[in-house]
Amino acid sequence: MSINIPVSGQSNEIYSLSVNGQVHQVKDAWIGESLLYVLRERLGLPGSKGACEQGECGSCTVIVDSKAVCSCLVMAADAVNTEILTVEGLGPNGALTDVQSAFLSEGGVQCGFCTPGFIVAVHHLLESNPSPTDDEIREALSGNICRCTGYGRILEAVRTVADQRRTNS
Amino acid sequence: MPVLIPRSVDELVDIFQEHPAAKLLAGGTDYMVEVNLHGRKPETMISLRQVKELSEWSVRSTQRSITIGAGLPYADMEHGEIARLVPALAQAARTVGSPQIRAAGTLGGNLGTCSPAGDSLPVLAALNATIHVIGPDGNRDVEFSDFMIGVKKNSLRPAEFVHSVSMPIVDGWQGYAKVGTRNAMVISTASACLVRDSDEGIVSIALGSVGPTVIRCHGAETWLMKTMSLRAESTLDPVVAQEFGQRVAQESRPIDDHRSTAEYRRHAVGVLAQRLLLRSFS
Amino acid sequence: MSTTSASTALRHGTLGTSASRPDGVAKVQGGFAFSSDMWADNMLWGATLRSPHPYARIVAIDVSGAYAIDGVVTVVTAVDVPGKLTYGLIVQDQPVFAAIGDTVRYSGEPIAAVAADHPETCQRALAAIKVTYEVLTPVTDPEDCIAGVAEQIHPDGNIFRHQRIVSGDTSVVGAVQVEGEYEIGMQDQAFLGLESALAIPDSNGAGLEMYVATQWLHEDRKQIADCLNIPEENIRLVLGGVGGAFGAREDISLQVHTALLAMKAGRPVRISYGREESFYGHVHRHPAKIWMKHHADLNGKIVKIESRMVFDGGAYCSTSPAVLINGITHTQGPYKCDNAIVDGWAVRTNNPPCGAMRGFGVVQACFAHESQMEKLAAVVGVSPVEIRLLNAMETGDRMITGQIMDSVAPVAQCIRETDAIPMPAPLENNADLRTIPGGTGLTAQPSNIRRGVGWGVSIKNLMYSEGFDDFSTARCRISNGVVTIKFATSEVGQGFTMLAQQIARTVLGVDEVILDTIDTQVGSAGSTSASRQTWMSGGAVQVACQAALAQLFDHVATKFEMTRSELEIDGTDIVDRLTQRRVTVSEAISEIEIDCTEEYHHPPTEDLDENGQGNCHVAYAFVAHRAVVDVDPELGLIKVVQIATAQDVGRVLNPLAAMGQIEGGIAQGLGLAVMEEIIVKDGKVRNPSFTDYLLPTFLDSPTVEMVFIEEHEPKSPLGAKGIGEPPCISVTPAIANAIRQAVGRELPRVPIRPYDICL
Repeated sequence: MSINIPVSGQSNEIYSLSVNGQVHQVKDAWIGESLLYVLRERLGLPGSKGACEQGECGSCTVIVDSKAVCSCLVMAADAVNTEILTVEGLGPNGALTDVQSAFLSEGGVQCGFCTPGFIVAVHHLLESNPSPTDDEIREALSGNICRCTGYGRILEAVRTVADQRRTNS
Repeated sequence: MPVLIPRSVDELVDIFQEHPAAKLLAGGTDYMVEVNLHGRKPETMISLRQVKELSEWSVRSTQRSITIGAGLPYADMEHGEIARLVPALAQAARTVGSPQIRAAGTLGGNLGTCSPAGDSLPVLAALNATIHVIGPDGNRDVEFSDFMIGVKKNSLRPAEFVHSVSMPIVDGWQGYAKVGTRNAMVISTASACLVRDSDEGIVSIALGSVGPTVIRCHGAETWLMKTMSLRAESTLDPVVAQEFGQRVAQESRPIDDHRSTAEYRRHAVGVLAQRLLLRSFS
Repeated sequence: MSTTSASTALRHGTLGTSASRPDGVAKVQGGFAFSSDMWADNMLWGATLRSPHPYARIVAIDVSGAYAIDGVVTVVTAVDVPGKLTYGLIVQDQPVFAAIGDTVRYSGEPIAAVAADHPETCQRALAAIKVTYEVLTPVTDPEDCIAGVAEQIHPDGNIFRHQRIVSGDTSVVGAVQVEGEYEIGMQDQAFLGLESALAIPDSNGAGLEMYVATQWLHEDRKQIADCLNIPEENIRLVLGGVGGAFGAREDISLQVHTALLAMKAGRPVRISYGREESFYGHVHRHPAKIWMKHHADLNGKIVKIESRMVFDGGAYCSTSPAVLINGITHTQGPYKCDNAIVDGWAVRTNNPPCGAMRGFGVVQACFAHESQMEKLAAVVGVSPVEIRLLNAMETGDRMITGQIMDSVAPVAQCIRETDAIPMPAPLENNADLRTIPGGTGLTAQPSNIRRGVGWGVSIKNLMYSEGFDDFSTARCRISNGVVTIKFATSEVGQGFTMLAQQIARTVLGVDEVILDTIDTQVGSAGSTSASRQTWMSGGAVQVACQAALAQLFDHVATKFEMTRSELEIDGTDIVDRLTQRRVTVSEAISEIEIDCTEEYHHPPTEDLDENGQGNCHVAYAFVAHRAVVDVDPELGLIKVVQIATAQDVGRVLNPLAAMGQIEGGIAQGLGLAVMEEIIVKDGKVRNPSFTDYLLPTFLDSPTVEMVFIEEHEPKSPLGAKGIGEPPCISVTPAIANAIRQAVGRELPRVPIRPYDICL
């Protein structure tokens, strides 16, 4: 099986990506386009952000087959046959997830550029580790850079969600 | 200019033979940086994502060895059975990039790129790992020291790829340490892996980021093994540990660059070696 | 109408509460439009060609290769600039593009820009442009410029500004003297939201609309208008969502280039920088070398300070003259000082251009004076707390510029409250390895670690200085029962839009406040910098709302037959104080149209004379920091354990937002102390990426314990002081002092590297 994607945009080849439960066709793409680029520039999903293009900031974090990865380092055409989840797919129909609400209520959002990447990473963390210690939270989120908050309110937001989920379960 | 997607090792061998100039793509954590930032123009790509066999790992208890597929992500080496059997590898895996990088990065990638700063490489060197290579002429096994031959240079031949890596399961102690300028997400300034086989009374120590290749400090190892016993019941004189560190430092060949100085790197690996040795006896 | 009185508790969303961000929901859902999330139909991508050489003459530029590439629409160079060829905030010395026959003066200086159908096409087009350089030897040592032995690299000369301060009796000599030569490396603002602008030309070709992330819309517009030779009123600038600024968006970066391409192509053009380009595309914090000598009596009371400060401003002027003034006028720190002699230089070199970064010159001066205070304490034989309390500045003191400190100045209180914050628990033998230096790198065990404690206290001026009238404007409209506020204030993440709503809710007694688009269709708000927006733009919003309220009261008095002079807002009611008759605000505003635009100005300031005397600053804020740092002395690795701080904030307007600003500023100060530096060699940047320009991660960040010192500042319209800069200023020397205490070394340079500590 192969996908034919030329070096510069003149192509009739189409490949599909499954994002947030929906299948999207991608065409006239350049082979070097990252998943981040395709999400933002072709699929109308600009929620994931690019701040470094080299996996050093986590702003582009998405879930691919249940793993939190940097979408800037995924070649889009290589992500066929995977299930991709972005920040836009976390809280369907405009509703906020508990993580999103906690980031707001605990002051974890300033400029907001790192926020989508953090929201995805926190959802991922709490799924595999529902009661993380502070050190576990810090390590799990050590790949997400924030330049505005100094991480204090973000830590509080994660603690808040973990406590709420414990209380509700 | 296609993206080719084999679904088995056999398919991979065939496709790679047909397109020997193609680039293998696993986690993409090195390659996509080249594309995004350094003007690399992808042409023919072979995606390894669907070759599930590359992400498998197994233990041969009779031979006391573990084999890890080239496509297994670092995140899967940090805990569980692999961490129990090869703790130094788990420790090294935990320091690779960030959690997002660890979810995608692989041993195959570390070996393909073959940077002297590759986090897993000192562990492979210290354990005398065997690299299982598959190519158009069949399979061959390469010792780590014959695999990494220069800065970002490995000894793979055209249309060859790394299938898996085998390491012994050692009775004794093993540990890894990596110096970086902050406490997460660092490219190593200097690193070291020490393995003390207290059954056989052997020590090995390998250094990263202090030479064009990972350096096995055979001189320091030999000196230590002549100076004292490394078997289980032995004890370590701190003076010996200090001299061991100095000898290790002398075998390093670091350079100055924008990340650090040769002088610091040499000093650092000496401290790491001393501390790792002390830990191996505590 | 009713006669029951409203609750006295703070109404949610008013001043003093942790109101919600109006942009918060969009930001957490990924729906907030940053400037890099903006597209237009028929849009082209733009990209910039930059010089690799720090100093070279341009012999020829051949763009034909770019035009030969499919998908390239247009290319612009200096010859395509219709108006002013240069721009700049203070002196317009920076070329839009370097021209044939002229020189490039820094590595990264723009030569040309292209517009094409895909970012990859742009990259190929840039690669196809041939520039012939005559490479010259760069001037990189500011001392050569001061000595006059360096080549003049610009017709304006190599000295941006030289200013002295001579105060009191300079012949005084102290029984105790301590001195040091301190060096501060080049820090970068490194905001995450990379530079991006979208320019849409008008169909008649007479103007354009631009969406851009910036700190000062009106100043950008002025420079674009000058360079494009278009009247300002034909240019509408709209604030695109800003992903952090910290000073790096005060200067023009891509605005003129984007506008030029769009006008020439006749189509919308977007330029978006990548991280590497961002490092080249904006100004950085000035690296500086500061010699300082403190004279004191035997008790440690300061009697004179001498200093020489040299700020390397790089290739173009930017705000270097103002940065220098901030630095030298803060020489004394938050301490009484009668006698001083200071010599300050801001210099042009072929190093990367420097300008505004959070702290603006005071960071550098503070590193020097707080390093000095620790030395002074040691020589005199008192504690770091005692030496600072002994010298603490107070309201009414005369400063070395001759200006009288007329701001609230709770220096001693900041120090005492910080000192009262409990120390963290000692390092345990079984401490989690993520909490010790080296972390998961497993370099150390607790037994290898030594702990140090260090102090830093600072003063920071608020608003602009030396006679500059950095006023702000706001518009309050009431129409169809809806309150709308409009301003041009750049929201960069600090929470001004949230504050504006809080002010309007409080003044007008409403719960819902609509915010109009932030653009140039209202007067200037000045720059989001200098810790000024809460005071200035908050002041403007307050004045505009008060003006609207006055008109509302006029209307209510007439319509509801109440006594005009007795009307006041009580919660969400308008009440007559005398009769206690009340009407709800929502009823009162339901049938009236009010539209008030007001400016807010601060009291005027003065230039400094040739001896540095003059009332040059508007107001000041103070803060104390205590740092606890664990150090691995053999490897030189560190972990900041705790920062304790008491900050003079005047009044807390939004507790969560205030915490966020303080914690965020502390992280940036930590970065400068131990890991952040743009490494420049022979004028070239060695580390323009996040692999080698290191920002603090979650695992590097300390516990922060903070106290707000709330002594209302009577000069401030809201009683509050700006809080953005102080947190990043004295935390740097506090951390350095802690490391110094742990290892007993002078460590005169930041960022402190591992090899500084252990070799």
